[in-house]
Amino acid sequence: MKTSRLSAFFLSLILVASQVFTFAADAHSEPNSKKFNASEFIFDHIGDSYEWHIFSYNNHHVSIPLPVIIYSNRSGFHIFMSYKLQHGKVFKGFKIAEEGKYRGKIVELKKINAEDVSLPLNFSITKNAFSIILISILLSVVFTTIAKRYQRNPELPPSGLQNVFEPFIIFIRNEIAIPSIGQNKYARFMPFLLTLFFFIWFANLLGLIPIFPGGANITGNISVTMALAIFTFIVVNKNGNKSYWKHIVSPPGIPIFLKLPIPIMPLVEFIGIFIKPFVLMVRLFANILAGHMVAVVFLSLIFIFASIKASLGFAVAPVSLLFLIFMSLLELLVALIQAYVFTLLSALYIGMAIEEHH
Amino acid sequence: MGLVSPDYGLLFWALLSFGILLYILKKFAWKPILQALKNREDSIARSMRMAEEARQELLKLQEENKLMVEKARLEREKELAETKALREKIIAEAKDEARIETQKLLDKARLQIQLERKQAKKELYVNVAQLTLNLAEKILRSQLQDRQKQQEYLEKLIEEIPKN
Repeated sequence: MKTSRLSAFFLSLILVASQVFTFAADAHSEPNSKKFNASEFIFDHIGDSYEWHIFSYNNHHVSIPLPVIIYSNRSGFHIFMSYKLQHGKVFKGFKIAEEGKYRGKIVELKKINAEDVSLPLNFSITKNAFSIILISILLSVVFTTIAKRYQRNPELPPSGLQNVFEPFIIFIRNEIAIPSIGQNKYARFMPFLLTLFFFIWFANLLGLIPIFPGGANITGNISVTMALAIFTFIVVNKNGNKSYWKHIVSPPGIPIFLKLPIPIMPLVEFIGIFIKPFVLMVRLFANILAGHMVAVVFLSLIFIFASIKASLGFAVAPVSLLFLIFMSLLELLVALIQAYVFTLLSALYIGMAIEEHH
Repeated sequence: MGLVSPDYGLLFWALLSFGILLYILKKFAWKPILQALKNREDSIARSMRMAEEARQELLKLQEENKLMVEKARLEREKELAETKALREKIIAEAKDEARIETQKLLDKARLQIQLERKQAKKELYVNVAQLTLNLAEKILRSQLQDRQKQQEYLEKLIEEIPKN
């Protein structure tokens, strides 16, 4: 017990320390700019990118190139690795826009060195997409391994990884699925809820690790949370029963003038179908993004003060680090809580959609 | 890339990955895990129920044992009481019988004694009569040796004969 607590403490220390070092390296490697640009620094760390930057040393960047997949009306289909676009290079007429309204996106130059650009269809495997794939592989390996162990010795008490995740699986079943959906129908939705929970949780945790394979702000990206919310939306509405739809078309127990001639309540109910997953999407996105942002802001405080005067940076560093440690520990908790909340609300929406009204 | 504007490329990959992940985990992980958990819970519940049943059975057996012991004790006591009563009865009967027998013996003895006394009396009479006769004979003989005396005695006897 004591050793595990100690090791957890050291793990979080290493976590924070590595965060500091990577960010520090990045901050120092800002090329040709004496002035530290905090907002750029922050947005670089919470945004997506076409390559996976690992660390920089004396203007020498080490990053994992990721595949860029592009379809353009003019030049057709392209797949190439992202390092060809590194540092503003132009490849096959494509480049990463450095400013303007397409800043950060891959644009196609209509003429060489022209300002006239267009946006191609972009299905690149970005840092976040790659992280999602990594997490999917990780989850598949972890849980199929556990499943095998369950099958091999079903009568034995759980051990190892099995023991780590069993309480969560049982918690989701007994505290989320059964109360929200009901004893009779919960089983059908268990795979979805479990996948949702563990995917979000793993993504949150991996986002907290500052270096590869973590570091991507996965669940703090609205596209990712939108994908998850779309899944909840599909599961809820695909399984919605007659009374669920009846409640939307003609909500019972409200005066008729709210339904006819202008269908105010049906309209509200209809919008509600979309608001529910929308809220899920925004909640997860905002929570994780905010956590990452605050952590990076605390860190960039050091460099903001250091850019004024070096000694000021040293003076601020301990306070910043303390806050950073605190934030990291808080984010560990938030990672679990947000996964729980997303799963719980999804289960509640499913429960509402399949509830039998008498 | 905008912070709050979703990117369709990433959305596409996220949907695809999550969809595939959902399928893989559903088929190869959650189904066996949930099934195994359910089986284990069922088996634990069954074992608990069986243990409870065994406990109840044991309690019932103990209760039965107690009842049996109690019954045996009661029976033994009853038997003992019966035996005691029987013994007393036998003793009483024996005493009665003995008393009657003794009485009978006594009666018999008394009768015997009476009989023997009668006999003895009779014998005594006979003997006395014999002796008397002998004596009388001897006396007579001695007295009748003398003629005169015989005469006298005869006269006397005649005199004694009532005169009517």
